[in-house]
Amino acid sequence: MVARQTAMGALRSSGEASRANNDARLSVEQVSYAYSPNPTQAPLFTLEATSFQARAGEIVAILGPNASGKSTLLKLIAGTLEPLSGRVRLNGFETHSLTARTRAQRIAMVQQESQLLFPARAWEFVLQGRHPHGRALRFENATDIAVARNALAQVGAAELSDRWMAELSGGEKQRVILARALAQQPLLLLLDEPTLHLDIAAQVDLLHGLRHLAVENRYTVVVVTHELNLAGEYADQVVLIQRGKCLRVGPPGVVYQRELLEQVFHTPLSVELGPSGRPRVNVVADRESR
Amino acid sequence: MRPLTIQRLFLQCAALAGILFVVVIIALKAGAVEVSLFALGRDLIRVIVHHGGEIKSDYGLIVMNIRLPRILLGIFVGASLAVAGTGFQALLRNPLADPYVLGVSNGAALGAILALLVSPHLSMLPTVADLLTPLGAFLGAAATIAAVYFLGRREGQIDSTTLLLGGVITGSFLAAIIMFLMTSETGSNLRGMAYWLMGNLSTSLQSSVYWILWIGFLLGAGAIYTTASDLNLLLSGEKEAMHLGVDLPRVRLVVYIAASLLTGLAVSVSGSIGYVGLLVPHVMRQIFGSDHRVLLPTAAFGGAIAVVIADTIGRTVVPPAELPVGAMTALAGAPLFIYLLRRRMA
Repeated sequence: MVARQTAMGALRSSGEASRANNDARLSVEQVSYAYSPNPTQAPLFTLEATSFQARAGEIVAILGPNASGKSTLLKLIAGTLEPLSGRVRLNGFETHSLTARTRAQRIAMVQQESQLLFPARAWEFVLQGRHPHGRALRFENATDIAVARNALAQVGAAELSDRWMAELSGGEKQRVILARALAQQPLLLLLDEPTLHLDIAAQVDLLHGLRHLAVENRYTVVVVTHELNLAGEYADQVVLIQRGKCLRVGPPGVVYQRELLEQVFHTPLSVELGPSGRPRVNVVADRESR
Repeated sequence: MRPLTIQRLFLQCAALAGILFVVVIIALKAGAVEVSLFALGRDLIRVIVHHGGEIKSDYGLIVMNIRLPRILLGIFVGASLAVAGTGFQALLRNPLADPYVLGVSNGAALGAILALLVSPHLSMLPTVADLLTPLGAFLGAAATIAAVYFLGRREGQIDSTTLLLGGVITGSFLAAIIMFLMTSETGSNLRGMAYWLMGNLSTSLQSSVYWILWIGFLLGAGAIYTTASDLNLLLSGEKEAMHLGVDLPRVRLVVYIAASLLTGLAVSVSGSIGYVGLLVPHVMRQIFGSDHRVLLPTAAFGGAIAVVIADTIGRTVVPPAELPVGAMTALAGAPLFIYLLRRRMA
């Protein structure tokens, strides 16, 4: 995969940006956000203007320490939060102004593990992804079933179809949740720390699968993660965020600089180029100075 | 993969309708006065073909004028409470939610009582006056669920324990107000407080009220049924449902209003009957799964069956005395509630 760097001139107007990047499917344009519990107080949390663009088939990783605003940025992209300024456009449409239904036809969100209220089988769960494509009281038709089957097969979970969700292991459950997102047949696939409760093999499986899916189905994938190395290995672009401030956007090879990462994560690190030309980050445990 | 088809839904409902029919026949037969199946069948057919006037025997009159209306009322009340309970459980994401536990039934009872107290002082057409009690019950139910919903919210999320506790407290508070009104307004023609707090199906109603009840049921249950697939998605959480395209504010509004309507109508004619809306959806979920497209209609049948059985046992177990149906459902429902609560905490 050729790493691409999108020129992100902060001064460039959004109109110019969209003309210059006609093939950009997702464009995040100077998006900012502020959260305060009541309007008279100073905001508790702010996300400063952030911009990046992504094409079909690209994986973007949003990286940063805890409470840096990664999930907020993801929600702004998903359109469930309204930006304070700027806008997020998917194929030219502002994501926040879409109806819940239209949004769900175009954007799929995989969140941190959810708890089911009542037991459901894996196939029932995956069929839920067809909901935005049907009318209110429609019974699933042959297309829906084929799409759901295919989604399960794509994440290698075809054999889990008849199992109860509660019986599945963390990795299996994550794959079924991903299959439900695929059944939505979205343009944009968003994942919020999908690797959180997975062991390392399942993490690699998941990211590897995402890489394939992005290319095969022409999804644009945005993933929030803590895993520097997995992001470095699989992402086309990295958005580095610290305390609500977007520090750098670019391919991992450009963004992964030792001083920058050390400053963001407050940990002594070493960065080297792996055999694939992708950066590899190690924690330096025996260094005394921080 | 075995997705739901209309045929399967129809078969399941037909099977339950068959069970309900058998239960109704048994309930018509049972009681202080024995009736033969033949006489029963003959009289039933007469009623169906609008020749009810031909029924001459005393037995026939007892069955058709006392038992049948009571059973039909039981079917309506059971179906309404079970559908309302199913809606509340899905929307509040709480398998222990139910109109009675949440205090909504008592809210409806208070609303109905207030309407009864007010109506003699207003000059209205009799048909409008008939509507006033169910309307008061509906408003009482709607106000209560709104209050309990806000009591149960913490930091923008519904907290199960707080919600249930809020419901139980609200319910006992409203029960106290009902007792106060009952003891202070002795002169008025209100039925006793046991009726409103325990539930009873022995009311005799004018036929115009039956129309109101059944139209209200069709409207309320129909409205909830249009949100069936949305409720399915809510099983995995409000945020996830929104990401899957559920218009949550709309679904919430539809289900709250429709469930309040069903609860209000049921309570206005039978007082508050507990645990039907809790127990029945749970049993149906065990049998038919958690898909609300199946669960809502099967719960309606199940609720009807449960209430008719409970009422039949209540009026035959210590003849000629009658136990109120609410006492019967509480006897069966309260232990099950405890069991579910314990199992959830385990």
